[in-house]
Amino acid sequence: MMDPQVLERHGLKPDEYERILRFLGREPNLTELGIFSVMWSEHCSYKSSRVHLKTLPTDGPQVLQGPGENAGAIDIGEGLAAVFKIESHNHPSFIEPYQGAATGVGGIIRDIFTMGARPIALLNSLRFGSLDAPGTSRLLEGVVAGIAGYGNSIGIPTVGGEIAFEPSYAGNPLVNVFCLGIAKASDIIKGVASGVGNAVYYVGAKTGRDGIHGATMASAEFDDKSAEKRPAVQVGDPFMEKLLLEACLEVMRTDALVGIQDMGAAGLTCSTTEMGSRGGAGVEIDVSLVPQRESGMTPYEIMLSESQERMLLVVKRGREAEVERIFGKWDLHASHIGEVTDDGFLRVKNRGTVVAEIPNRALTDEAPVYRRPMEPPDYLAEVQRLDLESLDAGASTAPGGASIAPSSNAALLSLLASPTIGSKRWVYRQYDHMVRTNTLNTPGQGAGVVRIKGTDRALALSVDGNGRYCYLDPYRGAILAVAEAARNVACAGARPLGATNCLNFGNPERPAIMWQFARAVEGIGAACRALDVPITGGNVSLYNETDGRAIYPTPVIGIVGLLEHADRVVSRAFRKTGDAVILLGEGRGELGGSEYVKVVYDLVRGVPPAIDLAAERALQLLLVALADARLIRSAHDCSDGGLAVTVAECCFDTGGVGVEVSIGGVEVSRRAAVNCAAALFGESSSRVVISAAPESVRVVLARAASAGVPAAVVGRVGGTAIRIAVGGTDAIDVPVDECERAWSTAIERYFAQKVA
Amino acid sequence: MRARVFVTLKPSVFDPQGKTIADALHALGYGKVEDVRQGKYFELDLATTEAVQARALASEVADKLLANPVIESYRIEVD
Amino acid sequence: MATFGVIVFPGSNCDHDAYHAAKDVLGQEAEYIWHKDTDLKGADVVILPGGFAHGDYLRCGAMARFSPIMREVAAFAARGGPVLGICNGFQVLLEAGLLPGAMLRNRSLKFQCEHVHVRVEQTDTPFTLACARGQVLRIPIAHGEGNYFADPDVIARLEANRQVIFRYTNAAGELDAAANPNGSASAIAGLCNDARNVVGLMPHPERACESALGSADGLVIFESVVQSLTSGALVARA
Repeated sequence: MMDPQVLERHGLKPDEYERILRFLGREPNLTELGIFSVMWSEHCSYKSSRVHLKTLPTDGPQVLQGPGENAGAIDIGEGLAAVFKIESHNHPSFIEPYQGAATGVGGIIRDIFTMGARPIALLNSLRFGSLDAPGTSRLLEGVVAGIAGYGNSIGIPTVGGEIAFEPSYAGNPLVNVFCLGIAKASDIIKGVASGVGNAVYYVGAKTGRDGIHGATMASAEFDDKSAEKRPAVQVGDPFMEKLLLEACLEVMRTDALVGIQDMGAAGLTCSTTEMGSRGGAGVEIDVSLVPQRESGMTPYEIMLSESQERMLLVVKRGREAEVERIFGKWDLHASHIGEVTDDGFLRVKNRGTVVAEIPNRALTDEAPVYRRPMEPPDYLAEVQRLDLESLDAGASTAPGGASIAPSSNAALLSLLASPTIGSKRWVYRQYDHMVRTNTLNTPGQGAGVVRIKGTDRALALSVDGNGRYCYLDPYRGAILAVAEAARNVACAGARPLGATNCLNFGNPERPAIMWQFARAVEGIGAACRALDVPITGGNVSLYNETDGRAIYPTPVIGIVGLLEHADRVVSRAFRKTGDAVILLGEGRGELGGSEYVKVVYDLVRGVPPAIDLAAERALQLLLVALADARLIRSAHDCSDGGLAVTVAECCFDTGGVGVEVSIGGVEVSRRAAVNCAAALFGESSSRVVISAAPESVRVVLARAASAGVPAAVVGRVGGTAIRIAVGGTDAIDVPVDECERAWSTAIERYFAQKVA
Repeated sequence: MRARVFVTLKPSVFDPQGKTIADALHALGYGKVEDVRQGKYFELDLATTEAVQARALASEVADKLLANPVIESYRIEVD
Repeated sequence: MATFGVIVFPGSNCDHDAYHAAKDVLGQEAEYIWHKDTDLKGADVVILPGGFAHGDYLRCGAMARFSPIMREVAAFAARGGPVLGICNGFQVLLEAGLLPGAMLRNRSLKFQCEHVHVRVEQTDTPFTLACARGQVLRIPIAHGEGNYFADPDVIARLEANRQVIFRYTNAAGELDAAANPNGSASAIAGLCNDARNVVGLMPHPERACESALGSADGLVIFESVVQSLTSGALVARA
C-alpha cells in the first residue's frame, strides 16, 4: 500500500489511487505513480472543468480543427488556415517572472508550429496587483522582459494584448499568452501516433531536471512554502526554439511525419501518451536513449522533466534518414527513442527493462472527471448592490475613495492616468511588433492586425477579459468578455471567425469557485453561439489563490477575425479635422463594476452592464461592412472608463487634434453629478465611436438604420481640447495635450529612471 | 584542468548596467558601495594537465571569442 | 536586374523581410544564402539581415562572424562588392572587423521597437547614392544593443573620413539628445568602411518599404544599390 504522504506529495487523492489500482490490476511503482500524478493533475486532465467545457460551441463551417489537439484552426479562405490558441503560465510567472513568462511564450509557440503552421503573431493578457503595491512593478518588469526576450529573439511579433491592475491579482499574477500561425489547410498535421513499428523520435534540447512536477505545481495554490518550489521553473532558450521551428517546418514540408507534438506540461509523459491515445495505438520508448544534460537521471525524472524546447515525432517507415538529415542541417540531433505499438500501452523501458507500463486511455480519456459541487458565493448579493445615491453624499464607504464626486475633468484625467486604462507604450515598445513586416497597425489599438503575404487578406486578433465584471456576475461578465474581444476585431474591420479561451480561476474544490467557473462557461457559450465564434481550443488555469484568497474569476477570450482586403483596416485615432463623430449604440449610464467607481470611489460593486447579444452581433457586422465599403475613418469601442475615455483616446497620437461631442443625459439617480458621471463614464455595452468624412455621414447613418443599430452624429473632430457636453450642459473641457500627458505617463511614471 | 576567464568592460566604456546596479544598492542603503562594473565569467574545462598550456589555450580562446577587444579586456586564473 | 544575396544565420529573423523588400517590393532577384555555404551564388549585393544570430548569446554577432560564409562575404567586400548589414547584420560586421567599433546595450537597458528619424550624412556609398545629403528618413529600430561605441580617436577618424553615413536626429533633421534612442556615440546610426562599399546601420530599412507598414522611407536605400549596380559607378548627389 502506497505511503499516504507520497500520494499527497503527488497530488493524488486516495480514491484516485483506488482507480489506479483498478486500471493496472496491481500497485503502481514510483515511476508509474509519477506518470499518473502529472497526467491526472488538473492542468493536464482538466478533471474539474471537462464537464463544463463540453457545453461550449465548437462547431462551424469555418472550423478545421476544434478542441482536442495542440491548437485550433479555422478556414480563412484561399486554402489557408489560421491556427491559434491561448495558454496560461500563471504560477511559474509568480515564482520567476522572467523565465515564467518567457517559457509561457515558448510553450504556446510550440503548440502552433507543431500543427504545421508558421507562427506569425503573439498577443498577451497580463494581470497584476496594484502598481502602487510593493513588488508589482518588479513583477511587471520581469514578465514583460521575459515575453520580450523570448518573442523578439525567436522573431515573432507581439502585436497587441491587454494589461490590467487589480489588487485581486496581487499574489497571483495572470500571464496568458496567445499565438497565431498560418498553414495551408491541407498541411495541418496532428499530434497522433499510428502505424505499428513506426519510429518515435525526440528532437530538441537535452532533458534535465528542470520543471519536474510543474504540472502539479500549476494545480495547487501558493502558501509560504512556495519559495522552495523555485527549482520547478524552467529556463527558456529561444534560440533553440527558433532552430526547432525552422527545422520542423522544413521536415513537415517533406510529408515524412505521421504526427508530431511538443513536450510541454508533463513533458515526455504527456506527449507519448496523448499521441498514442489519439492514434488508438501504443507507444514504447527507452529512456536510456533520451539525450540528457545531467548525469544519473532516473526514469521518473526523465518522464516528468519539463525541460523546454523539445518535440516528439512519429516518422513514416523508410523516411527516418531524411528526417535526421534535415534536423542535422540545423545542428539539431533527432534521436530514435522508441516505436509505435498496437497494444494501446505507454511502455517505458530503461536499457531494455520495462520500468513503467500503463494503458494510454487510463492516462487520457479515462482520467478522472469530476462534477464538483457548486454554490453561489456568499458575497454576491451584497456586492451587487451599488448605492448610487451615496456616491456624492459626502461619505464614501471605502477608505481610499473620494467623499464627493470630483469634477468631470478631474475624473477623466484620473481615469486616463490609471494604469489599467493608461497607455501601455512603456510595455509594447519592448516588444518587436514589426518583425516579419506584416503588422498593419501599432499596438494599443484594441486588435492587432497582420497581413498574409501572397494574398490580399489580413487577420485581426484581440484578447480580452474583465475579472471585476465576472466577480460581480460571472455569467454576464463572461459574455461581456467575448463580446468585447469580438467587437475589437470588428472595429478593425475584420469579421470575427473563431475563439480560444483561457479560464483563470481559484480553487475548484470550493463550491463558490466552481459555481463561478460553471456560470462563466455558460456565459462564454451563450456569447460564442450568438456571435458565431466557435471555441477551437484553450486552456484552464485553476488554483489561482494565495492563503485561501482567490483571484477574481477571469475568463480571457482570444478572437481571430478576417479582413478580406488588408487595405480596409481601420484604426482607433481620429484622422482629420472636420470629420463627423458618430456614436453607434446607446448609453444607459451603467456604472456597476465600472472603472470610474473603482478609481474614484475605490469600490467594486454593482452589476456589470447589460448586453443584448443580437444587437451586439448587428453592430459587429455593421462595422465590418462599413470598413469594407471604406465609409469610416476610425473606430474605437467603449469599454473601461466609458464614452469619455473612448473619445479622449481617439484624440491621442493625432498630434493634438481635439473633439467636440454632445450626448444625451441619463437619469440613474437623484443627483446631477452622479447622472453626469454615469453618462460620461458608464460602461454600457455594444457602443463604438466612429469617425467619418462629412460626405459619408448620410450613408453611414442609413446603413446603421437598416442594420437596426442605433446611430447618431454626436460631434466633430477639431479644436485642441476634448469637449463633451451632457444633456446640453458642458461637462468636460480639457486640452488634448493635458489628457494625453496623463495617459501616456500612466505606467511610465512608475519606472522613471535617470540614466546618465 | 580548469581555467577561469574574467571579462570586463574597458574603463573608458560606460557601463549602464553597472551604474543601475550601483544606484539600486545605494537605494538599499549601501552607500559604501561606491561603484559597480558588470562583467562576464567563464569556466573552461580543458583537456590539458600543464598550467602553462592551460593559460595559453584560455588566452587564445579569450582573444578569439570570449572577449571583444574593442570594448573588453580579460584576465585568467588557472587551477 | 540585381541579385540580392540574403545571408541566413541560425537565429536570423529578418531574412524574410529583406528578401521580400528586394524581390516583391523592388522587383529584383533575391536568394537566401545559408551560413554554412561557401559561395555567394552570384549575388550582386550581399545583405546581412536582422535577428538574433546564435541567440545573441555571448555578444551579438560574436559567433556568427565565424560562419563559413563570412569568408566569402569578406572576400566579396575586399573586391568592392556592396554589403549592407542591418541591425544584427551590422553587429556581425563589427565583430568580424569589416566595420570599426562595437555595440553596447541601449542606455535605457531595454529593447526598443519604434520609428526613429535618421539623417543621411553622405551619399557616396552604394546604399545612399539615390538620397540627398541631409535627407531625413523615418525608419523603425528594434534592438536592445544598438549603442554604438568606438574609442574617441576612432570616432575622430570616422568623422574626418566621412564614414558616418546615418545619424539619429529629430524629424527636422537636427541633432537632439532626445532623438538618440540608444545613446550611440555621436548619434551614429550607421557607418561605412574605408572603401565605402560596406555599410552597417541599426535601423531596419526593409521594414520601411511600404506605406501600409507606416513608412516607405527605407525604399531609397534599396533603390540606391540597384541604381549603383546598373549605372556601374557611384554618383554622389549634393
